[in-house]
Amino acid sequence: MNWPVILSISKTHLLSRLKQSSIAALGVTFGIGTFITLVSFMTGLNHLLDNLILDRTPHVHLYNEIKPSEQQPVELLEKFAEGINIVHSVKPRQNQERIHNALPILEHLRKDARVRGVTPQVRAQVFYVAGSIKLNGIINGVDVMEEVRLFNLGDYIVSGEPQDLARNDNGILLGAGIAKKMSLDIGDKVQITTASGDLFQLKVVGLYQSGLAEIDNVQSYTNLKTAQRILGEGNSYITDVNLKLHDLEEAEPMSRELSKQYNLTAIDIKTANAQFETGTSIRNIITYAVSITLLIVAGFGIYNILNMMIYEKMNDIAILKATGFSGRDVKMIFISQAMLIGVVGGVIGLIFGYLISVLIDHTPFETEALPTIKTFPVNFNPVYYLIGIGFAVASTFFAGYLPARRAERIDPVEIIRGQ
Amino acid sequence: MVNVLEAVNINKYFTDPVSFHVLRDITFNIKKGEFVSIMGKSGCGKSTLLYVLSTMDTDYTGELYLSGDRLTGRSGKELSAVRNSEIGFIFQFHYLLPEFSVLQNVMLPALKLARKSTAQIKDDAMHKLELLGIGDQAGKLASRISGGQKQRVAIARALINEPTIIMADEPTGNLDSKNSENVFNILRKLSHEQHLSLLVVTHDHDFAEKTDRIITMEDGRIIS
Ligand SMILES: Nc1ncnc2c1ncn2[C@@H]1O[C@H](COP(=O)(O)OP(=O)(O)OP(=O)(O)O)[C@@H](O)[C@H]1O
Ligand SMILES: [Mg+2]
Repeated sequence: MNWPVILSISKTHLLSRLKQSSIAALGVTFGIGTFITLVSFMTGLNHLLDNLILDRTPHVHLYNEIKPSEQQPVELLEKFAEGINIVHSVKPRQNQERIHNALPILEHLRKDARVRGVTPQVRAQVFYVAGSIKLNGIINGVDVMEEVRLFNLGDYIVSGEPQDLARNDNGILLGAGIAKKMSLDIGDKVQITTASGDLFQLKVVGLYQSGLAEIDNVQSYTNLKTAQRILGEGNSYITDVNLKLHDLEEAEPMSRELSKQYNLTAIDIKTANAQFETGTSIRNIITYAVSITLLIVAGFGIYNILNMMIYEKMNDIAILKATGFSGRDVKMIFISQAMLIGVVGGVIGLIFGYLISVLIDHTPFETEALPTIKTFPVNFNPVYYLIGIGFAVASTFFAGYLPARRAERIDPVEIIRGQ
Repeated sequence: MVNVLEAVNINKYFTDPVSFHVLRDITFNIKKGEFVSIMGKSGCGKSTLLYVLSTMDTDYTGELYLSGDRLTGRSGKELSAVRNSEIGFIFQFHYLLPEFSVLQNVMLPALKLARKSTAQIKDDAMHKLELLGIGDQAGKLASRISGGQKQRVAIARALINEPTIIMADEPTGNLDSKNSENVFNILRKLSHEQHLSLLVVTHDHDFAEKTDRIITMEDGRIIS
């Protein structure tokens, strides 16, 4: 096979029919450009939505659920073992919210190879005091720098810095909803009381906005120690343990294992957010379906144009064969034409897709619900550009293959006689 | 003398629309440097024979040898290579690639052969065009020159790979007597100077008279 000659012949063929070739390439450009734009925007959106929920959701969440004992005392008595025991008005077992032996458990989990990070939390029921009004609230005592590292808490701090909280044992990251209701801002003081009536004064070091109103209206963050102090407990008092793993797939088996091992309730991320995966895969299906449809249409355009071209080029084909080009050479001449159209159209499509993506990326998109988002989300993952050009080359190859095979089989004698 | 081309007992049938025995027991040979013409009434099978001899048509029985090598039964790919390097073909209608320049048309078979560098092929092609007196047309598109000029380009193309034999199907059929004389002289010169073998189908008696040997055909047979 003599590629330079074959390519120079197909180049001349294409350039001498510039209008037809450009229209064929334009079809590919349109298909690939749409694919890139759609996929960048859709996956950008997916990431955004995933981050919104999944990135700050622990992969495994351990806590102590208050529930009635599974075995009532009467069932332990041999005397009644045979009978049907009916107990009315069952109350939850006298139980603490705290995780028993929390510190050794944390120590143990930190050593587990599957675990990327562990954060302890202390959850405290409080009231925010505004004059005579008390607002219901929850304070989460956390190791704020770890929460920033593992669960992107920093993205949701709309004013102030996480370091400000880390440095201040009397600081609070106030939920944006509460701050608004109470007209508080950074530097102001907020009073809180606990269920048992103790009064505390904390300094607002930052505002926290998750984008979900029901959270922002109740939840605030303090340091672990602060929350423990509010509850009047020591430093071993931990109510929740959040785990981030290296591999999301481990979440489910691990939560089952931990639940059994420590006799705690364990919720894994998949169980907690099953509906998100469905949304993501449906958006992906739509993106690929639309793009493939466009490329098939472009492929038919190329098929038609090449078929026409071969019809017009019967004489050329006969001459080439008579002067020593093999059937395969002729086939390659036409396949390479199709693929040149595909590559040129595809690359231009990538460039257009990129430019449109940049445009979307700079389009303002501001919403209360998403404090960290200022413009539409776009994913510039180079993998999609590779998939795009792969699509273009593959679809034009198939579109060119059938006409090219026809050219390969043309009998030069028949053409020469026909003159 | 060496037989450049040898045909042994060639028979060919057309089956469509009715079975028709177009070539009957064709046996002959051409020696090195020989200038042979084929004559015969229209429809007697001259072109058909030429297509068989040029290896483009493989649907025949009998045997075909080129410089002693058997060509019958070879694969399409091998035959393409033979046509490329050993056989120059000149058609009645000046078959050129219209979108390529005159020079490119002449160069293409040599580029396919790829035995020389592109620069050298270009030099060779220019040289052939000058030999045929159309060096000044080299840069023009092949569709933008006259019929006589096209015919000479086709001859230059047939010569580019220095083949062992040139076959031509009525190369002067479309030319006036002056141009036709010109083409004959060129072919004559090639056979004398370069010991090229030539096989030319023609209806032109004056043309045929001046060749070394005339093969006469009638109804698919060689009669003399
Ligand atoms: N494809 C074909 N199918 C059937 N018969 C054919 C076909 N091609 C040619 N023939 C017949 O074969 C015979 C020989 O044709 P050919 O073209 O070889 O004649 P020719 O001697 O070259 O005539 P001319 O001098 O007019 O060019 C003719 O009778 C023609 O009708
Ligand atoms: Mg004929």
